[in-house]
Parts: sequence; C-alpha cells; structure tokens
Amino acid sequence: MNKKEHNNLKTLAVAFLVALVCSVIVSLSAVTLKPLQDANRLGEKSQALLDMVSALGIDIPKIQLVERTSGKTVQRDNATTSTLEPEHDIAGLGQIEDVLTVYELFNDSGIEMVILPVRGAGYKSTLKGYLALKGDLNTIAALTFHQHDETPGMGALIMEKQWQELWVGKHIADEQGTIRIEVVKGAASTDENKMFEVDGISGATRTGKGVSNLVRFWLGPDGYGPYIQRLKSGDKS
Amino acid sequence: MTRHDKQFSGHLLKPIIAANPIILNVLGICSALAVTTSLSTALVMSVSLIVVLGFSNTLISIIRNHIDRSIRLIVQITIIASLVIVVDQILQAYLFETSKRLSVFVGLIVTNCIVLGRAEAFAMKNPPIPSLLDGIGNGFGYAWILLLIGAVRELLASGKLLGQVLLPLEKNGGWFNPIEFLGLPPSAFFLLALLVWLVRTINPEQAELAEQIEQKDKSK
Repeated sequence: MNKKEHNNLKTLAVAFLVALVCSVIVSLSAVTLKPLQDANRLGEKSQALLDMVSALGIDIPKIQLVERTSGKTVQRDNATTSTLEPEHDIAGLGQIEDVLTVYELFNDSGIEMVILPVRGAGYKSTLKGYLALKGDLNTIAALTFHQHDETPGMGALIMEKQWQELWVGKHIADEQGTIRIEVVKGAASTDENKMFEVDGISGATRTGKGVSNLVRFWLGPDGYGPYIQRLKSGDKS
Repeated sequence: MTRHDKQFSGHLLKPIIAANPIILNVLGICSALAVTTSLSTALVMSVSLIVVLGFSNTLISIIRNHIDRSIRLIVQITIIASLVIVVDQILQAYLFETSKRLSVFVGLIVTNCIVLGRAEAFAMKNPPIPSLLDGIGNGFGYAWILLLIGAVRELLASGKLLGQVLLPLEKNGGWFNPIEFLGLPPSAFFLLALLVWLVRTINPEQAELAEQIEQKDKSK
C-alpha cells in the first residue's frame, strides 16, 4: 500500500477479487481441457492392455461383460453401482460397478488366460492396472499398472518392470481356497509361503499394502471371485 | 541504446549469468535435481517455469500498489498457484506423456523459491514491464542450467539426446559404456556443484566470503 493508512475493507476486497479471478481462471481451464485429458487417459488405458497382451505373447483376448455378484456373462452394462460395506472394502473403493469387464482367451483345452482390470487405493492416489491369470486361474501371469500418483522414486516404483515381474508365477490361493497372495516387507519368507509372497518396495510400505489389498479384493468374493469360481467349475455361460 | 533500453535489457540479461537464481542464490534446486534425467523433461519444465514466472511477476506487479502488506504472501501464492494449475492442466491435455514423467514437479513450481523470490524481491517494487523481463530473465537463467544438466545426464547415462541415439550403447552392439550413476538423482547435485564452482572461479565476486558465512551462521 502506498498510503500509510490501513484500510481493512480494501484489503478484504483485494483478497476477494484475487481469489475470485483466480478461481474462475482455474475452473475454466480445468473444464475446457477435461475432454482432451480424458481422451488421453482412455488411450493410455487401452495402450496398457495392448502392451500387456504383447508382452505375454498371446492372441488378442475377447472382451466379456460379467455380473459381479453371480459371475455370469451378461449382454448389457446398465452402469449401475453398489456401495461396498466398509469392512469388505479393503481396496478403498467406496462404490463398485455391478457389471465388470473382463478379457478372456480360450484355447482348445479350455481357458488360456484372463485379464482383469483392477484398481484400488495406494498411499496417496488410486492405482489402476491389469491382472492377468493363467489357465489354472490361480497363477499370476502378469500385473501391470498404468495410472497412479505415488511418490516418485518410492511408491512410483510399482510402475517398474523389475517389481511387476516379481508377481509372475505367484499363486493366489492355497489348496483350501484361502487367498494368500500378499506383499511382504523385505524378502519373502519361508519356502512354504514363497509362492504367495511378493517382496515389498523399501520406503513404500503403504503403496505395497495398497497393491496387496487391491489384488486380494478383486480376487475375492466382492470382486471377480464369483466369475473365477464359475470358470473353474467349467461353466462357460 | 538509450539509458532506458539498457535498463530493460539489464532486467532480462542479468539473471542469466551474473545474478543467476540457481548459481548465485542456489534457489530452485530441488526441481533442478529431479527433472534433469532427460533433456525433454528439463525442456518442458523450463518452459513451464518461464511462463509461470513471467505471468506471476507481471500480474503481481500490476496489482502491487493494492496489496496490503499483511496479506501479500497469500495473494502472491494464490496467483502463482493458479498459474501453475493452469500450466499443469495444459500439459496434461497436450503433452500427456511428458506430464506423466514430470509427475508432481510441475505442481511443485508453486513452492519453487525462484517464483516467490522474484515476486517478493522484484515484482512488488517495480512496474509491470521490468517485472515481466525480470521474470523471463530469471526463467531463462533457470532454464539453461536445467537444459545443460539434463543434456549431460541423458547423453552420458543412456547415450541418447531427446530420445535419439547419439552414442550407441555397448549392450546394443555399439561402443559406449553408459555412466549409470548419472541417471540417479544425486548425480545432478555433483554436476550442479561443479557448475557453481566453475562460474564462481571465473567470477569470484559471486563466492561467499568466509566472514559472510560466519556472520550468517551467527545470525541463525
């Protein structure tokens, strides 16, 4: 202020005007650029799926819609969602869609591979990725992520091939059907647990826990569980 | 050149070497270290900073006589943060891949000491046009160091420049054995330190004298 006098009204008016103008500019840019950004994200998502398919060296899988609770295939997605019970919602999703999209590939002897889109809360962002299961539906063929906002150099290391490769060949559930797959601190422990444990990233315990939880959630009864059960029972509908 | 012109070009050119924000004041080095793994990220970061700094200095200078001292920092930060969000949105819309690699660092321009530093030290006391030039000058002062370190690191750590192979790597049948260390964040510290050393050797006034450092320590 040039003049020494202290004018509270003017101070408030300036603060208000600056805030108003700034918020209008920020909102305008966010709204006008949103369609372009969404297109980018969509492109990224399909690219991630294609990258995964080519890395696995398999044919292009078929897209299929399945009802989440029954695991049966459906023709339409009415885009309805359900609210998850907080105690079941280990992946921190809140809402979940009632019809899920899966990508499946059959060969002469039955199912060869399924690719399941997965997502869940990491340390400070939502992680989105794809989980590929081998024909036995209990062995992980690949896990990749294509969207996250974790700490660079720490949680963001989940994007690295080196870490994602640790998942390949791990088993999901034991013979009793209990889901055992988990990210553990430090190196995986005993021989018996080895096939269910993935080494965590040091300095990113909570991101690792997030990945662990989202994999367990999506393979569990509230996620793709019923669908996997149906495939295992050999029912193709 | 008239006296006026000289003054103007001084605002623009001085921060590039003589009063470089990174070398002289050692400001803004956190992002300088983080985004210099490749030339392309350094380039996008530099352009973003120049745009933000130019606009923030100009806008703050325009309203400088109406900002009460008691709320000046909040007003400055509001303006800077809004500009940064707009830049970040534009990058996400038009340069999606690069914006993903820059991740949080574009957002962190808000806390880049150069931006707030120039707003406080220059834009609050000078008219809009010199402030604009000062902003752009400081932006370029930051940019050339980022680009230099980014180029050295990308070339020596991966044999590439802007993604083009210049030094064919040994593992791909070439002759060049990459210096992996330069791909890691601490290497930028060493490169920056060497640069500061070089500039201060050529231009000894920039070096802090022992007694100045002592004084600073005492005042802490």
